[in-house]
Amino acid sequence: MPDKLVVAGNGMAGVACVEHILKCSPSFDITIFGDETHVNYNRIMLSMVLAGEKSAEEIMLNDIEWYRSNGIHAHLGVRVARIDCSARAVIDGEGRRTEYDKLILATGSSAFIPPIPGVDKQNVHVFRTLDDTRALLAKARKGLKAVVIGGGLLGLEAARGLQVRGCDVTVIHLMESLMERQLDSAGGEYLKRRIESLGIRVMLPRQTAAILGNGHVDGLRFANGEELEAELVVIAAGIKPNAALAREAGLKVNRGIIVNDYLETSDPNIFAVGECTEHRGQTFGLVAPLFDQARVLAATVTGNRGPVFSAPAPAAKLKIMGVDIFSAGSIDESEPGVEVIRYEDPSVGAYKKLLLKNNRLRGMILVGDIADEPVYMDWMRSGTDLAAMRRQLLCPPPPSDPGLEIAEMADSETICGCNGVRKGEIIEAIHKYGITTLGKLKERTKASTSCGSCAGLCERLLRAVAPDFQEETRTTLCSCFPFSYERLRDIVRGQQLKSVEEVLAVYGNRKGCEVCKPALSYMLDMLWCGNHDEDRSARFINDRVHANIQKDGTFSVVPRMRGGVTSPDELRRIADVADKYKIPMVKVTGSQRIDLLGVKKADLPGVWRDLGMNSGQAYTKGVRMVKTCVGTEFCRYGVQDSTNTGIELERRFENLFTPHKFKMGVVGCPRNCAEATVKDLGFVGQEGSWQVVVGGAAGKSVRKADLLITVETSEQALEAAELFFQYYRENGNYLERSYDFVERLGIEKIRKETVYAPAEEKRKLLDRLHRSKALSRDAWLERDRPANPTQFVQIEPMEKVLETQLV
Amino acid sequence: MNWTKITRVENIPPREGRPVRIGNLEIAIFNVNGRFLTIENSCPHRGGPLCDGIISGTAVVCPLHGRHFDLETGMPMRVSEPACLATFPTRVEDGIVLVDLTAGHRVMEDAAA
Repeated sequence: MPDKLVVAGNGMAGVACVEHILKCSPSFDITIFGDETHVNYNRIMLSMVLAGEKSAEEIMLNDIEWYRSNGIHAHLGVRVARIDCSARAVIDGEGRRTEYDKLILATGSSAFIPPIPGVDKQNVHVFRTLDDTRALLAKARKGLKAVVIGGGLLGLEAARGLQVRGCDVTVIHLMESLMERQLDSAGGEYLKRRIESLGIRVMLPRQTAAILGNGHVDGLRFANGEELEAELVVIAAGIKPNAALAREAGLKVNRGIIVNDYLETSDPNIFAVGECTEHRGQTFGLVAPLFDQARVLAATVTGNRGPVFSAPAPAAKLKIMGVDIFSAGSIDESEPGVEVIRYEDPSVGAYKKLLLKNNRLRGMILVGDIADEPVYMDWMRSGTDLAAMRRQLLCPPPPSDPGLEIAEMADSETICGCNGVRKGEIIEAIHKYGITTLGKLKERTKASTSCGSCAGLCERLLRAVAPDFQEETRTTLCSCFPFSYERLRDIVRGQQLKSVEEVLAVYGNRKGCEVCKPALSYMLDMLWCGNHDEDRSARFINDRVHANIQKDGTFSVVPRMRGGVTSPDELRRIADVADKYKIPMVKVTGSQRIDLLGVKKADLPGVWRDLGMNSGQAYTKGVRMVKTCVGTEFCRYGVQDSTNTGIELERRFENLFTPHKFKMGVVGCPRNCAEATVKDLGFVGQEGSWQVVVGGAAGKSVRKADLLITVETSEQALEAAELFFQYYRENGNYLERSYDFVERLGIEKIRKETVYAPAEEKRKLLDRLHRSKALSRDAWLERDRPANPTQFVQIEPMEKVLETQLV
Repeated sequence: MNWTKITRVENIPPREGRPVRIGNLEIAIFNVNGRFLTIENSCPHRGGPLCDGIISGTAVVCPLHGRHFDLETGMPMRVSEPACLATFPTRVEDGIVLVDLTAGHRVMEDAAA
């Protein structure tokens, strides 16, 4: 019979320790008790669940199958109530008795709740577990007045999560500055400014005297008598080790369960790991040292006693996207012999402070710019003598041997603190799976998939180890956002954000630029099928006035002429307009349409009215035209009715927007007179069938379109076109032409997800397209209903000005 | 100061600009989320209409070739661009935007040098 091992606690430290034990012999008969009803999840990422960046499922670390396949008896939702040390048994909350040979206490910590009158009121929460997070999510809503008590790491993360959910958030902190244990007052001030720029109010220093309300909370009163309205309160004032179980069992307990360097408690059969422990007077709240503890304890428990635990220098990083904070080592500058080197630039919000003693780096605070953190950490860990580098400390040169840092790390060193992935495991995976990119590394090892702060280290490791390392191209949309377009699209969809300003305020730098604003405008229109808050100021001038700006500030006007077919009546009106508005040039375009060039902005509504035609969208990233040949209507060789099919195609897509301009062609026979095979979408008529082709180009690039599908009827061709069109709208990156899109995804994948997709998926794609189409309209209708009174008109001053006064 | 009443605030939507011509002078007035700022309306690069540009913080991006200028100072946002724009004192009173058209000021008067 194997020895019985009981683990009280199903959190990250306890389960990490069990994972190590499973790798060693002898084997144990393992039972885990977990107070929470969930399997082991990544507690560090709860703030991301709160912010909607991850789902609860995505932060699961060990699924139920893991417990089953390792023969672990898991009692979830059952806590250990009592330990009978002399009989070596635990008694659980249901009164059951479980015997052990060895017992590991991994009971974690709980939120410290300060003794404030009123903490028991409804809508006063803590933020510690998945259930806490779910309770907050259930209450968070737009405009809810939320107050977070506590300006440390957890409090700020909770505040950001609630703010992303639309709550009106205030952070209250007892101290003069935020995160005062990790930052100095100047660093705290930089952090405060950054947090405030995200739209979170910060009140310092405030001591909460009472939580007010009749039953449920309606406000706070501070010690200075001031009051603040609050509908939701989150207390994030720190944690305290869960040591009561050990204390009642008679173990030696101070603030936490006292453990020695081998993680042994005062009882020879009982061990402890994680946030419930106290080691050499220190308790723990960050995850990295706890993974070290788990490893040491696994050795001790399995009879390989030897490795010892020594608490590393504390290092803290805030996991709020767009708020870069790093602090490590000793930041006490009052100590004799400590020199301080400081740099700050308020305009970019960057603050750096390095603390040196005897030319060696002892501690650092980085706010707003943490790019040099790996170099500094390396200096600090290795105790590098910096005498020769004193002039370059604030802008350290890249290491002369970039592989050295990796070579100096032991295989057992943790690379990814969030997921507990060690260097050795990563190297093993790189060789085993032939990993060459960071993306693949993340997929295989889970490293760098949580807070992402080790991405740089992972990349350097990959570069040093993988023979065919490939650098991934940076894909952030622009410097306003720390995300790629695709990631941002998921966030905007998940968060139900409906306006450009909202996206910028919550996830960007609140300013935006000429790159992201039009991209977001498109994204919102596409995601919400036109049912979003359109913001004209976020769009390029062409989309504000529905015409194409020319080099002299005038505009060009291209009316829609479906399939390139016009009429004497239309041509007469075009001629009259050209005369009436003295249009300098009338030109036939390459798209079988007519362009009126040199139109003044103020004349646009009149030109459109007199033309009596719809917008041809020649100015926008949207549906341009369908070029057609005369097909069976007139041509001796035509085998399909290309003209009418093209007109119908144009009708179905016109007025819609696309990631980039979208040009189409329909030809009635393979002679291809209207060049359908070099269009974003083309139909090529054959005897008895249509070929639907996609991703062609004859612009900056020339590319022959790929065959999507061959179908018999025009209606089938139109449906295939609709599927591809909507699929491109939804999955194309902004400014990605269809030919790049098709090459990026591959035509086979596109076929599988459009024309060969399950009927249900096809129906959904078509449904979203038709919803967008139903809300779209001819932009030139704004000739009579302008978006704002001065959309086209030049403003006349209200007073006369004497020109002689002007300089 | 020599203030001229130009237009009602609602005629310039948030984060957009509007051109105003007075004789040979053309200015662009911007509404930077409730703050009104005025510059000359011609990009020093190729004369682009800055009033039609997208706003990024307190900068405007010329719609023709993407040059950035700070609306507060008229200065180009990138050092490689040599020329700057004149700015005009602007204020709001009783919902009306007023500009001192006589006090146009260039930070770098001899910028081209």
